[in-house]
Amino acid sequence: MALTREQMAQRVAQEIQDGSYVNLGIGIPTLVANYIPDGIEVMLQSENGLLGMGRYPYEDEVDADMINAGKETVTAIDGAAIFDSAESFAMIRGGHVDLTVLGAFEVDVNGNIASWMIPGKLIKGMGGAMDLVAGAENIICTMTHASKHGESKLLSQCELPLTGAGCIRRVLTDLAFLEIKDGAFHLLERAPGVSVEDISRLTAGKLIIPDHVPEMQLDA
Amino acid sequence: MAGFNKVVTSYADAMAGLKDGMTVIAGGFGLCGIPENLIQEIKRLAVTDLTVVSNNCGVDGFGLGVLLEDRQIKTMIASYVGENALFEQQMLSGELEVILTPQGTLAEKMRAGGAGIPAFFTATGYGTPIGEGKEVREFDGRPYILEEAIKGDFAIVKAWKADRYGNVVYRHTARNFNPLAATAGKITVVEVEELVEPGELDPADVHTPGIYVDRVILGKFEKRIEKRTVRTR
Repeated sequence: MALTREQMAQRVAQEIQDGSYVNLGIGIPTLVANYIPDGIEVMLQSENGLLGMGRYPYEDEVDADMINAGKETVTAIDGAAIFDSAESFAMIRGGHVDLTVLGAFEVDVNGNIASWMIPGKLIKGMGGAMDLVAGAENIICTMTHASKHGESKLLSQCELPLTGAGCIRRVLTDLAFLEIKDGAFHLLERAPGVSVEDISRLTAGKLIIPDHVPEMQLDA
Repeated sequence: MAGFNKVVTSYADAMAGLKDGMTVIAGGFGLCGIPENLIQEIKRLAVTDLTVVSNNCGVDGFGLGVLLEDRQIKTMIASYVGENALFEQQMLSGELEVILTPQGTLAEKMRAGGAGIPAFFTATGYGTPIGEGKEVREFDGRPYILEEAIKGDFAIVKAWKADRYGNVVYRHTARNFNPLAATAGKITVVEVEELVEPGELDPADVHTPGIYVDRVILGKFEKRIEKRTVRTR
């Protein structure tokens, strides 16, 4: 079975290290915050200028001056820091954020990512995505493996305009966890009940399949 | 105005000198920390052909979105737009030129503009449509693109508190682009929720030192929330 959005978030959360600074993009990446394991300390970075983002506020805590990068009202945890946008992107571009999780339309075997514009459709802008992919050493891209029509989104070469070139190393899809290196996707894990053949059929870019591909371990 | 009294008491005085065709840099992220009354004054002045530099362009009927109603903006430089139908309509009809700029690059362009740095190299946007036509240089084996600084004829800024010297403090994440905008205007106007006496702000806690600020005005703010997300007890 393909992973649900929640299960994808759950699997990504397993990659979060104790004591790390993490930026979570909009969509599935945002859900990752709900699955950070107990007993570890993580600082969430929100690129509008908050390090140490907390949960949504209670109704009586809502403050128009306290929002996240998705423009949602949030809180700050004890130990948080607030700063301006140049400082925020200095952290991002300077490689100080340990892990970035973001969504994509397409990725390819050379680590290129397309996530911000579909020609012919309305272009809203890249926001902070180009800075995030250019700055982070460690990025996990979350996306569905293929379109609803069964067209692979893991390609030999991205067809859509890029968000960044050669910057993605790991991809978690609803079917598999993969690493990108040496011009190929390397299959690391498969979603429970999903066959290597299914993954192979839906991966357009070169795919390296080891002898043994373990199933992802997800809590029930 | 004598000495260091930068306080003005009318919005007409706050925006005096704004002319057609000028570049205005505005602080704010979404609707958070936007100079809402200074924007309204620009609407009242009915100046046109403006180049507006801001992360976003407000929403229909609020924030920078109100400047679209009478087609006052000719060029918009922003990282994320399209939260308003009017913007979309004017962009698609070609009435409004839009220069999409990555958020961190936009912040750094303002910072550089205010800091006397004409341009800088960044890896952001290399290999993408944003990098097309821009000078590329390699440092330590990695390619970077040259991005130019932005300066404004006016910078309009929203802050929490200021004194008559123009020393400014922002509140929470309403800081965002405001301190950067403040440095990059030939004339920088700050509207605040509270005017305080000199000495009330701890010098070490001042976010924008008064040297960047030309005019300060006390305002009343709606502070509209774009996405109210809450949890239940």
